[in-house]
Amino acid sequence: MRNATIIAWVILFACAVTTGPVAADQQVLHQEQSLYHTILVVAEPTRLCLKFSVRESIRNQSCVDPHDPKRMVFGYTRMMMAALLVVPEPRTVLVAGLGGGTLPTALAALLPDVRIDVVEIDPAVVKVARTYFDFQENERVRVHIRDARVFVKRALQRGRQYDLVILDAYSGDYIPEHLMTAEFLDETRQLLAPGGAVAANTFATSQLYDHESETYRLVFGEFFNLRVSTSNNRVIFATNGPLPSKATLRANSRAWRQALGPYDVPITSYPRRMSTKVDWDPTTRPLTDQYSPANLLKGSR
Amino acid sequence: MTSRFLLINALAFCGGFSIMSLELLGGRILAPWFGSSIYVWGSIITVFMLSLSVGYFIGGRLSLHSPSLAKFGCMFLVAAAILVPVIYLAEPVMIWVFDRIEDPRYGSLAASLVLFVAPTVVLGMISPYSVRLLVRRTEESGKVAGTLYFVSTLGSALGTLATSFYFVLWFEMDTIVAVLAGTLLLLGTVGIVCRGLDRHA
Repeated sequence: MRNATIIAWVILFACAVTTGPVAADQQVLHQEQSLYHTILVVAEPTRLCLKFSVRESIRNQSCVDPHDPKRMVFGYTRMMMAALLVVPEPRTVLVAGLGGGTLPTALAALLPDVRIDVVEIDPAVVKVARTYFDFQENERVRVHIRDARVFVKRALQRGRQYDLVILDAYSGDYIPEHLMTAEFLDETRQLLAPGGAVAANTFATSQLYDHESETYRLVFGEFFNLRVSTSNNRVIFATNGPLPSKATLRANSRAWRQALGPYDVPITSYPRRMSTKVDWDPTTRPLTDQYSPANLLKGSR
Repeated sequence: MTSRFLLINALAFCGGFSIMSLELLGGRILAPWFGSSIYVWGSIITVFMLSLSVGYFIGGRLSLHSPSLAKFGCMFLVAAAILVPVIYLAEPVMIWVFDRIEDPRYGSLAASLVLFVAPTVVLGMISPYSVRLLVRRTEESGKVAGTLYFVSTLGSALGTLATSFYFVLWFEMDTIVAVLAGTLLLLGTVGIVCRGLDRHA
């Protein structure tokens, strides 16, 4: 009987250790329950990460290497920088979804004349990005605490336009379904200045891949798909006019190569990986405001 | 268990089912204009609770005046009739509110009030009225009310589950609202057709 009790305690202890929120070499610097997430800032041996869940299996939202803060740690963040191949000199950028602020920070540093609007729903994320990830707001970089859909509608109402719109509000446990519909993408398309583009971080696995692809095609027609074998993400680049040619992409990648060096972005490898091939089932139902069960579709293969 | 008892319970179940199905869809209807922030759900839940409380009150009052299965059935017909415009009015109402109210908290509250008060008030009238139809003696009133709450709240639970797990995966939102209205119409008609059951009660 006593043995059984001891064994039970040992098992309990083992479970507590192995399923704890962070591993032994990680240190939680900050934890907070916001309106939308459990926000964790975790120091790992070589990097500092933002997480939106206590479960360790949940992917990091954003990470930086404190010894090399410019280096982009995540594949998808690097892939998003290929937006500069489609729109090489954006003067106005809208970023939906802040995370640790990696993308707006990099774009503000790379483009001296850029004006960036960041729309983030969760004020706690903004606070954490400022405190731990050196995200800085100034007259060129502004943060709006808003639902992205509402922000886009208001921006349209006021006749605003952007050269580049970055959609990065999808990672995490719950996908905002109203930000995946054809209507939302159409509103975003209308927000683009002539020659403007949308760069969207989307899902490469599950049924959602087909649904999302078909939704983008419905709104934008042909678009560039960027997939890298090492990443679970794919990034979509879509324009409100004709897509640039491969030669243009290559020329832009050569122009950007040096400046992107410190960010560890393999920019010259992207043009050949950016494909317009339809590699999904084109009979898939597009997502609309009437039909957008993205969270249910994410779970099914 | 008379057929009258079963019919009234089936109607109460369906009323409960529709209320929560509509409430869940409400969040999705508002999201394109007001987002899916926590305050959008706050607006919707406030409006539904407010409407139900008014509906309970009115339903109780109505039950004082020669209550009948026919009148009960009419409530469902009215509920169905005012549910259908939600499909067509949602967009223009939200555009109208969006143009006038900047703050999405009050915008979502105003849009919910315009869109969901009328159907929810009528659906709220069902519960107290059905209690009145089934209570015969004072001593059993608590038991009857308990059974009806049980049935209609079970309907609400199933309405929530079915809508969020399956309906949104299979159907467009407008289709779901139309089917809810159609079901209420059908059940209301059954109530009116079977009004003769009141004579044996």
